[in-house]
Amino acid sequence: MNDLRALYEDVILDHNREPRNFQHRPEGANHEAYGFNPLCGDEFKVLLQVEDGVVTDVGFEGVGCAIAVASTSLMTEAIKGKPVEEVEALFQSVHHLLTGEGEEAAPLGKLQVLAGVHEFPMRIKCATLGWHVMKAALEDEGETVCTE
Amino acid sequence: MAPRLDLDAVRGDFPCLNQEVHGHPLIYLDNAATTQKPQAVIDAVARYYERDNANVHRGIHALAERATAHYEEARARVARFLGAAEPAEIVFVRGTTEAINLVASSLGVTFHEGDEVVITEMEHHSNIVPWQLLRDRVGIRLRVLPMDDRGVLQLDRLDELLTDRTRLVSVVHGSNALGTLNPVAEIAAAAHAAGALVLVDGAQAAPHLPLDVRALGADFYCLSGHKVYGPMGIGCLYGRRALLEEMAPYQGGGEMIRRVTFEETTFAPPPARFEAGTPNVAGAVGLAAALDYLDGLGLERVAAHEAELLAYGLAQLDNLDGVRLIGTAPERLAILSLAVDNAHPHDIATILDRDGIAIRAGHHCAHPVMDHFGVPATARASLALYNTRAEIDRLIASIHHVMEVLGR
Repeated sequence: MNDLRALYEDVILDHNREPRNFQHRPEGANHEAYGFNPLCGDEFKVLLQVEDGVVTDVGFEGVGCAIAVASTSLMTEAIKGKPVEEVEALFQSVHHLLTGEGEEAAPLGKLQVLAGVHEFPMRIKCATLGWHVMKAALEDEGETVCTE
Repeated sequence: MAPRLDLDAVRGDFPCLNQEVHGHPLIYLDNAATTQKPQAVIDAVARYYERDNANVHRGIHALAERATAHYEEARARVARFLGAAEPAEIVFVRGTTEAINLVASSLGVTFHEGDEVVITEMEHHSNIVPWQLLRDRVGIRLRVLPMDDRGVLQLDRLDELLTDRTRLVSVVHGSNALGTLNPVAEIAAAAHAAGALVLVDGAQAAPHLPLDVRALGADFYCLSGHKVYGPMGIGCLYGRRALLEEMAPYQGGGEMIRRVTFEETTFAPPPARFEAGTPNVAGAVGLAAALDYLDGLGLERVAAHEAELLAYGLAQLDNLDGVRLIGTAPERLAILSLAVDNAHPHDIATILDRDGIAIRAGHHCAHPVMDHFGVPATARASLALYNTRAEIDRLIASIHHVMEVLGR
C-alpha cells in the first residue's frame, strides 16, 4: 500500500489530472519529436522552442497512463526557461533516479516525486518516455522514440 | 445435468494458483493471455523427459519408438478433441500465430493478384498481419467485415464482401479483446456458398466450449496449447485432409521430405510435410495431457461454470459507477474488457497487482478494436475454469481501490 502511495504521489495525480503545457504549441516551436511505446500504446509528441541555447517554451500532446502523463507534464514544467545544458543534466538525473544508471548531474527538486516509480520495474518505461522524446527533440532525431 | 465442478479440488490441481502476491492470495484473471497448468500436464512433460526423450520418426531404438508413439498419440488426441476425421489432419505448430502463418504461406502461394481474403474488424493482429504480408507479396485484396458498437459482427454485410474472387474467410471464433463469440457455422455456410474456404482462429474459444470442427464448417481451425491449460510453444493447425494434400510445404528441412537429391526433392504427405525439423514432442505430450484433463472435467461443465461466473461478474459490474464494459455481445466468453473513468488501464493493472490480482492492461494485440471503441487500451479480466465468485468479489473491491487511489 505504501509503495502505491509513493507511486501515485499527490503531485503525480495532480499532474495527471491537469497536465501542464498539455496541447500547447509554442508559437516559435523549432524542435519536435514523437515517441510511441507499441506494447502499451502510450504516445507523446513534444514541441520545443529553443532560442539562444535556452528552452523558452515547451508543449506536449498525446495519450498515456497517469505515470507517463505526469512525468511528461513535470518534465515540461522543469525545463521551461532552462539552458539546453541544464536540461540535458536534468535528463541525466531523472534517468538516474528512475533506472539507477548514470549519476545525478543536476538537483532534481520537485522531480524527486518520480522516485516511487523505481519500485515498479514494469512502469519505468512509462515515466521515461516523455523525457526521451524531449531529448530526441533537442537533438532533432527524426526517429520515433521508444522506451520499451 | 452433470454435477457442478468441485472447485476446491480443481484449484488444487493447479500448483501455480497456490501462492501469495504482494501479501495477498493470487487471483489469476489473465487467462486469455495464458492459462495456468494442472499438475497432470506438468507431470506429463516431466515424465516424457525423465523416461522417453528421443528424437521422433528416426531412431530404431526403444526410446525413439516410445517418443514417436507418444507424439503420434498426442496428434490423435488433438484430432479427437477437435472432431477431426483423422489424426493426419492435425499439424503441430508453435501456436495459433504460426498456424495462421502456415496457411497464409502454404495455401497463399495459390492466391493471385486480385484474389480476396475476408477478415473481421475484431481480429487479433495474428489474423491481420499474415494476410497483409501476403497482400504485399502477391497483391491479394484484404476485406474487413465490420462489427457494431456491442462488438457483434454485422453478418448482414457479409454477402456484399463475398465475391467470386474470395478465396478465404478468416475469422476469430472468440474475440480476445471483447469476448464476443462469433456464429462461425453461419459464416462458414455463407463463405462456402460463395466458393471460399474458412479458417477459424480458435485460440480463445477452444478452452471454453466443446468443439466439432466439421459441424462448424471450418476448413482450418487453429489453437494454442498454452491457452488450453497445456504448455507454451505447442499448438495445432487442423486442416481438411484434401486441402492439406494440395498445399505447398511451409518450411524446408528434415522430417518433411520423401526423397532429396541436389536436383530436386519430393515432399512427404501431410502432416509431416508441414513439420520440418525436430518437433516439440514434450509440448505435444503436455497438450494431450491438458486435453485429457479438460475432457475429464467435461467441457459442458466448464462452460456452465464459466457462464455462471460471467453472469455474476456482469451483474456486479453493472452496479459499479464509472466503469464501462467494452464489448457487450450477448454471445460471449468469460472475458471482461473494462474502461474505468479517469483511470488508465496500466494504472488499474498496477494497483490490482498490488492487491494480488493479475489482469491484462493494453490493446490486446487488436488495435482496430481499440480504435473502434475509441480507447487506447482496456483492463481485461479473463476467467477460466478455476476462478470463483469470491475472486470476482475481490476484483470488484480492488476496482474500488483503484478509484480511491487515483481519485483522491
